[in-house]
Amino acid sequence: MAYKNFILVCAGTGCESNKGIEIYESLLREAEAQGVKNDVQIVKTGCFGFCEKGPIVKVLPSESFYVEVKPEDAKEIIAEQVVKGREVKRLLYKKDEKSASNVKVEDIEFYQKQFRVVLRNCGVINPENIDEYIARDGYSGLEKALFKMKPDDVIAELKASGLRGRGGAGFPTFMKWDLTKKAPGDVKYVVCNADEGDPGAYMNRSTIEGDPHSLLEAMAICGYTIGSHHGYIYIRAEYPLAVERLKIAIKQAKDYGLLGKDILGSGFDFDIEIRLGAGAFVCGEETALLQSLEGKRGMPTPKPPFPANCGLWKKPTVINNVETYVNVAVIMTKGAAWYSKIGTEKSKGTKTFALTGKIQNSGLVEVPMGTTLRDIVFDIGGGIRGGRKFKGVQTGGPSGGIITEKSLDEPITYESLSALGSMMGSGGMIIMDEDDCVVDIAKFYMAFCCDESCGKCAPCRIGTKQMHAILEKISKGTAVEADLDKLEKIGKSMTKASLCMLGGSAANPTLSTLKHFREEYLEHIRDHKCRSGKCKDLVVYEIDASKCIGCGLCARRCPVPCIAGEKKQPHVIDKSRCIKCGECFKACKFGAVAKK
Amino acid sequence: MINAKINGMPVQVAEGTTILEAARKVEVKIPALCYNDDLEPWAACGICVVKLEGSPKLVRACTTPIAEGMSVITNDPDLVQTRKTVIELILSTHPDDCLACPRNQECELQRLAAEFGVREQPFPKMLRGLPVDSSSVSLILNPDKCVRCGRCVKVCQDMQNVWAIEFLGRGANTRIAPAADVQLNDGPCIRCGQCSAHCPVGAIYENDQTREVWDQLMQSGPEAKTCVVQIAPAVRVALGEAFGLKPGANVTKKIYTALRRLGFDVIFDTNFAADLTIMEEGTEFVKRFTNMATGKEGPLPLITSCCPAWVDYLEKYYGDMIPNFSTAKSPQQMMGAMIKTYYAQKAGLDPAKVFSVSIMPCTAKKYENGRDKTMWSSGQKDVDVTLTTRELARMIKQAGIDLVNLPESEPDSPMGPNTGAGVIFGATGGVMEAALRTAYTLITGQELKDVNFTGVRGLSGIKEASVHIGGTEVRVAVAHQMGNIAQVLEMVKKAKAEGKETPWHFIEVMACRGGCIGGGGQPYGCTDEVRTARIRGIYDADEGSTYRCSHQNPYIQQVYKEFLGEPCGHKSHELLHTHYESKPLYLK
Repeated sequence: MAYKNFILVCAGTGCESNKGIEIYESLLREAEAQGVKNDVQIVKTGCFGFCEKGPIVKVLPSESFYVEVKPEDAKEIIAEQVVKGREVKRLLYKKDEKSASNVKVEDIEFYQKQFRVVLRNCGVINPENIDEYIARDGYSGLEKALFKMKPDDVIAELKASGLRGRGGAGFPTFMKWDLTKKAPGDVKYVVCNADEGDPGAYMNRSTIEGDPHSLLEAMAICGYTIGSHHGYIYIRAEYPLAVERLKIAIKQAKDYGLLGKDILGSGFDFDIEIRLGAGAFVCGEETALLQSLEGKRGMPTPKPPFPANCGLWKKPTVINNVETYVNVAVIMTKGAAWYSKIGTEKSKGTKTFALTGKIQNSGLVEVPMGTTLRDIVFDIGGGIRGGRKFKGVQTGGPSGGIITEKSLDEPITYESLSALGSMMGSGGMIIMDEDDCVVDIAKFYMAFCCDESCGKCAPCRIGTKQMHAILEKISKGTAVEADLDKLEKIGKSMTKASLCMLGGSAANPTLSTLKHFREEYLEHIRDHKCRSGKCKDLVVYEIDASKCIGCGLCARRCPVPCIAGEKKQPHVIDKSRCIKCGECFKACKFGAVAKK
Repeated sequence: MINAKINGMPVQVAEGTTILEAARKVEVKIPALCYNDDLEPWAACGICVVKLEGSPKLVRACTTPIAEGMSVITNDPDLVQTRKTVIELILSTHPDDCLACPRNQECELQRLAAEFGVREQPFPKMLRGLPVDSSSVSLILNPDKCVRCGRCVKVCQDMQNVWAIEFLGRGANTRIAPAADVQLNDGPCIRCGQCSAHCPVGAIYENDQTREVWDQLMQSGPEAKTCVVQIAPAVRVALGEAFGLKPGANVTKKIYTALRRLGFDVIFDTNFAADLTIMEEGTEFVKRFTNMATGKEGPLPLITSCCPAWVDYLEKYYGDMIPNFSTAKSPQQMMGAMIKTYYAQKAGLDPAKVFSVSIMPCTAKKYENGRDKTMWSSGQKDVDVTLTTRELARMIKQAGIDLVNLPESEPDSPMGPNTGAGVIFGATGGVMEAALRTAYTLITGQELKDVNFTGVRGLSGIKEASVHIGGTEVRVAVAHQMGNIAQVLEMVKKAKAEGKETPWHFIEVMACRGGCIGGGGQPYGCTDEVRTARIRGIYDADEGSTYRCSHQNPYIQQVYKEFLGEPCGHKSHELLHTHYESKPLYLK
């Protein structure tokens, strides 16, 4: 029996929390009710990436790309598309009101400059069905490794691919595996770092939710390569859907003989267990993760010894992040020659980013290394929301730095981002516009690091706290210029003397904003002024009586409320009660509310 | 061997040597706060950072192994600035009450601040006002002074395997606290005090009881009591350090003089009680050993019970092994009991009018003197107050006594004169060696030609030896540093479970590394080098003794003749033996 149509419903965390499952179930119900259930296969898939426009439903073979779908649209989709063979025009993606509807995915700007390697199966297959993964060459890389390659061949292949770790510093993956393989010892471990903790980052979550088998396959390949029979996936407990899909995937892989004893009759045994992290950001640091995995307090340990020699339970251990592993699965299937054509000379392959902040098209994107930030922000991301002015982009989460307009044409590579005072990190990308205040941003990230510092090493534990206190003073207008020197003094020492990269990079957002936007800091200090109005202690809202027509809109919007005035008479803000939320300022159509 | 350079100076060291260790070879001291020779480097403080030529990053000298061809720079203006900033940051979370701090002038943070010339505190104070935990009679925890170097945690968990102290909270809220956030006295703490001996600042320290002793010494009129003091074997080779003498310097006879000048009426030596312990425990061992086949005198191995921290550990962690424990009290408590019975009687004193003070290398002894009702065997509290070596040093300094130049004097009779067997109680293996010296005579009726059992001496964590006594092999084991004990006990339990012969007949256990000479109440700065020197001092004293076996002590013979009757007899059991019970790790 052949289906006439296939309907793919996004069931990633974002769309799912936007009634994705209800949409899926409504479609099933409607297909049944309208008597076409044998004509259409309805599938839950992983993330399509275009989260801005979710929930997303895609219909094949017409490639109709429906956005912002609601459960009540199910009836129409079935009736039109399946029964009558017509598209539901109103649900098709449109760039804006005036533009024509895009029918096909590849015509959508968001996808045009993307190249999906890691996310190749996300939004395409049903992540809860191993057959769909296999049908797309899944586990053929493992098969090739087990039957056609020696462990050293796998390492040579990885070396030829040029793959570097996607979790942060970009250490060559083949080297990590090779060191672990050569480390003496019978018992070795394969660990996956899925403790994605950067604010705004969700690449790993979506990858696992959409394509869990890629990870399992790569971990098994790693086990075969280094001589390990046991793998652990350390994943945040806050990722229940990803955990659930991993559980299903592990079970299916075991049932198929792709994990467990004697994989595919090769004699190689490999098992994977899931371990849930309790949400400490520092547990994304590999040594702290290993401590946590052992059941200890998640505190980084000094390197050396490196995990390759002395990792989990003091055994040689490969620890890579989700994206690194998933790349391995692709490399093993498609070959290093194919893979190494993507990207730049030193940074091969693609990189996924979670695009968030003041961007038109927030979502999950994957681009070849070497793509410029401008391409990502303005072409894929569609530029700044509401036509505001671009201010900067934060890569590398709380460990990265701000990259400004003048560096937007830099091609993204590990080296270029470091040179810009930021880092690749795992791939969070937060876009800021002119309404964002650099002091506020620096304070936000410092507060994050201060909360997430494990407390072990003095420079980080105390440095983050002291820097945060200074930033707080600046945002309140009580700082002096010498405080900027203190920020730099602590920041430099913290960067140099911290034990792990959390402390080692916690000063980056502050130091980089200080470098690029020192004037703004000085405005806060000298003029007690925050040009974006984010630092509420420095902002005063007043109504200009000459402009106010007394419409009362501001008073209605005021949440306190602290705006009073007779109808058609100028209104007044009670400053002593004002919480400086700025609602009146945004509401006034006559420019009568002044921000000072 | 690895060839590298430190500050341009060539250095050759074994593979695996850290930069910090290697630097010492060329007389370069790299400053550090969390580092301690006894512990695995924990790499917390960030002060020992150094530069490697050709690398932009700083590395920690405490944990980074020196590599072939490495060129290390340990000192330049940039490094000094980085270290100084870290010290200033630490000071911003540390109270400035050095003058009233128990570690004043002995504080490692204070020393660093002085060395780095900290003249102002650029960062605002961020103190948390955490409450002081004074629940334990032995140790006081002041978390606000803690610099979170982690030494106490590492000591308690790694060295001692007790797990009474843990990090709680995160980030800036990280604090050191009793595990499970109970009061220190209500958890698994065995009061060994190693945390206090390793703490670089005044965050964990002994409960200072010098005031109580001063009050009694100064008392006149009807409230006055006869103040009797005893000093433990290990005190004599360590106290001098607090007065600038080298570790291991034996100041026994100066201490006697100092104690008299402090106002004590009678000076006894715990060494004497150690001899007494050997008579009791040695007899107990001989009885069990010679009745091994029937087991009617109790099971083997017999395990020593002189160490109160060990007693506490056994009651908390190995309650099932209580039958193997010697019922003999520790020398401190035997002396206490004898002071308020035998001595009081002999001197015509009312035991209630006797104030008994012990000077111990140990914080757990403060707990032991009130451990259970058998510590009141004289009808009074047998030992009223226990002071550590550190507290005695303070009293001597307060009194303006120039210890180093003090004339020597002798202890008082009858419980002063002692043997070499008594003094070696202070070192790991000493109790075993002393017991074997006497057991030999008890079993064979002959005296040993060579009393030295060197196989049980030294700092290796678990020592085994076998001795032939009267044609029978006696297998013994000696373990010190609490973390080494489990391995020994587990082997005993395993043999028992499998119905095999016990691997050893007699086991000595001391909670602290090196035995009492490395006790938690000893002067600060104990390392293996210091321990070795103190041990040397102990064995030198042994070799210089007239009598080297406890049973040869004429005063011991006199005590049994005049008062106790026979070892392990009725009176001994009343005064010199105790009992044990299994205890929970956490009080409810």
